[in-house]
Amino acid sequence: MEIKVLGPGCANCHTMEQLTLAAVKELGIEARIEKISDIQEIMKYTMSTPGLVINGKLKHSGKPLPSLEKVKDLIKAEA
Amino acid sequence: MLHEFASLVTYQWFALASGSRLAAAVEFFVYDTIKIFLLLSVIIFAVSVIRSYFPPERTKKILSHKREFIGNILAALLGIVTPFCSCSAVPLFIGFVEAGVPLGVTFSFLISSPMINEVAVVLLWGLFGWKIAAIYLGTGLLVAVIAGFIIGRLKLEKWVEEYVYKIRLGEGQEIAKQVFRDRLQYAKENTVDILKRVWLYIFVAIGIGGVIHGYVPQDFLLKYAGPQNPFAVPIAVALGVPLYSNAAGVIPIVYALMEKGLSTGTVLAFMMAVTALSLPEVIILKKVLKVPLLAVFVGIMTVTIIAVGYLFNAIL
Repeated sequence: MEIKVLGPGCANCHTMEQLTLAAVKELGIEARIEKISDIQEIMKYTMSTPGLVINGKLKHSGKPLPSLEKVKDLIKAEA
Repeated sequence: MLHEFASLVTYQWFALASGSRLAAAVEFFVYDTIKIFLLLSVIIFAVSVIRSYFPPERTKKILSHKREFIGNILAALLGIVTPFCSCSAVPLFIGFVEAGVPLGVTFSFLISSPMINEVAVVLLWGLFGWKIAAIYLGTGLLVAVIAGFIIGRLKLEKWVEEYVYKIRLGEGQEIAKQVFRDRLQYAKENTVDILKRVWLYIFVAIGIGGVIHGYVPQDFLLKYAGPQNPFAVPIAVALGVPLYSNAAGVIPIVYALMEKGLSTGTVLAFMMAVTALSLPEVIILKKVLKVPLLAVFVGIMTVTIIAVGYLFNAIL
């Protein structure tokens, strides 16, 4: 599974990355997590950061941030 | 009903003596706190439901075919209801330019979005009445429309970084369609999220109000920034720019200044300078704008905000 966290580098994007790491760890899933801060790359998916892309599909974008449970659900749905 | 509850808390639960200073302060605190939190919950919830219909992708689409002026007005209005975090300013800017939204219209959006904040509207309403809240809303829109329009007229496209025009967007992916229940869920999460971030500022503001009301002498600030000082407005703006805060954070200061008898226009100008002209925002925009355009942006904003300050000092 490939997960991308999209964010130019603000606090919300950082939180999103931590949430994703925690979710993957709790689920015990093999996943490659990548933090994307390149604007052009981010904009292939969305204009509102932070964004969460799982297997090439945009699953979340913008605020408010999803809860840990929500992130786990999103990941499970793609697993 | 709120008044009765506040009296109940003050005189029954705390058993304070009627007519005492402390009782008055407690009653004021209880009443104002409940009123503001009720207003906040209801209004943020309502705004969030509206917001769920205007994600940035849709806003971009709406604005892409609009002419100047009408476009500026629409952009300023959409700035209020389109949700985005300040770190999204760059992707938003690029996305708008890419979609053919005129530069001035893009600026109207970028100005109104941080400046007009539903939390600030509620707090102004709760603490100073609906008239002041309406004035804040109206002038915020006015500044966004005028400043954006002027920037558009100046034809400054050459001072946007070249790479912005070269970026070609991917198709962009829409998040799955929302049913109404999803919107309510989003609104609930958003309301809780915002309340969690602002509750402390609100207690501080109401607390400061109470203390100042009773104990601080009036003339200290008035001497420097009162109605008789013609430079009060520019001074307030100059002080406001380097102060980085969101609308909620600035509320305690605004409350204190109003309580001290500063003119409404001066305080409004200060508030707009703090929220709309923040240094971090300018640094973020530096990624897409060259220095001359940034300078024009900051200059026009400063002048319009000062003008608004004078205008309201004159008519109120």
